[in-house]
Amino acid sequence: MLAASAQLDSDRRAVSPGSAVESRSNAILGWATAVLMAASLYAVFVYAPIERTQGLPQKIFYFHVPLAWDAYLAFLCTLIGSIGYLRTSQRRWDALAQSAAEIGVVFTSLVLISGSIWGKTIWGAWWAWDARLTSTLVMWFIYVAYLMLRSALGRTVRAARHAAVLGIVGFIDVPIVHMSVTWWRTLHPQPTVANPAGPTLPGSMLLAFFVCLVTFTVLFVFLLRERMAVERLRDDVDELGSMLLAGAA
Amino acid sequence: MGRQIGALLWKDLIVELRRREQVLSLAVFSLLVLLIFNFAFDLRRTDLAAAGPGILWVTFVFTAVLSLNRAFSVEQDRGTWEGLLLAPIDRGAIYLAKLAANLAFTLVVEVIAIAAFTTFFDLPSNVLQLIAAVLAGTLGFATVGTLFAAMAANTRAREVLLPILLLPVSVPVIIGSVKATAVAFEGVDASTGQYPWLGLVLAFDAIFLAVSFAVFEYVVED
Repeated sequence: MLAASAQLDSDRRAVSPGSAVESRSNAILGWATAVLMAASLYAVFVYAPIERTQGLPQKIFYFHVPLAWDAYLAFLCTLIGSIGYLRTSQRRWDALAQSAAEIGVVFTSLVLISGSIWGKTIWGAWWAWDARLTSTLVMWFIYVAYLMLRSALGRTVRAARHAAVLGIVGFIDVPIVHMSVTWWRTLHPQPTVANPAGPTLPGSMLLAFFVCLVTFTVLFVFLLRERMAVERLRDDVDELGSMLLAGAA
Repeated sequence: MGRQIGALLWKDLIVELRRREQVLSLAVFSLLVLLIFNFAFDLRRTDLAAAGPGILWVTFVFTAVLSLNRAFSVEQDRGTWEGLLLAPIDRGAIYLAKLAANLAFTLVVEVIAIAAFTTFFDLPSNVLQLIAAVLAGTLGFATVGTLFAAMAANTRAREVLLPILLLPVSVPVIIGSVKATAVAFEGVDASTGQYPWLGLVLAFDAIFLAVSFAVFEYVVED
């Protein structure tokens, strides 16, 4: 019995080497996120002036746009992970794709919710069938389908391969959806930061916005690493479980 | 590869000709959808230009989803899918043959549905535009649909999983085809004729035909 547990112990080290270093570096990242988040709140609510026509509801913008940025970043990671997995069949690429997709769906949900709250106060309606809202909703559906496909197939190689295919097809589809829906309808405020004629935001608001953007990017990296660590632990549990079964037999 | 596709397509067509279950049941289904729409909207010939394109495409989309679901599940239920994979056939050929068979079945049903629509209501003024929209839209739906149907066929919840996978991805096809069909109904006007809708659908067709063909092998590899 003792020998078996010693055996398991050494196997665990073999399964995920360097995980201690990794978890320490991610803890630092977590603290950095916390500090940056406090700085963002200060920048949004104290430093940046209150917008003249919209008033306080405009503050949603500082979190809404970085959330959308994170969502796109997440789905880009899903694409990279999917391509990497199909090329190499290595589990870590699949873990990247899956973890990023989950985070992306959460952030897209938050984008839709924060946008609705803003829309209710400014437009007077929770929802409008505007181009950007609609294409964000379609993107949300594509990646919800991705998660449903994964849960329908369980933790198998087949699930990883099917999901990778959807991760690629879905990402290629997002700009096409966006274009078709833009032709169909547009009501969303025009870009105030990534405007071809230069940002239309005043300097202090722009600074607050970029602080938030950096904060949310760091938050995304932190969450992604945490989620991938969970996936690695799950793999370890699976592996140890099958080892125990093999030992018992 | 051409001969392989031909042989596989011929097999699917022969099976369908002998059993005649898929096209017939789908045709009846599409007629029923039209009937339901008539009640849902209380349609008159005068509101046809506004509601007609949408009615046609919802009918086509429902029919196509049912048809795609059967394409692979029939093979699996009969146990012929493993045989197909064991045969020395290019995976791309399997994809193209399934796509062609699906297109054939769906188009036959769509022709029946359009004939019924014409009898019940009226024929759109620009028939050529309608044919182009139906061909381009059906192809777009079938390219991604064939890929996703192969994926969904492996799961227990395949009947509901396929539309969940397919509908959001094919939003550009649905928008483009409905708009292009609207042009066929009312001619070019400011709201629908402003953008090249047919071009959008054709671009989608080309992109996803290439992508689906390239990744299909990963879906069937086991």
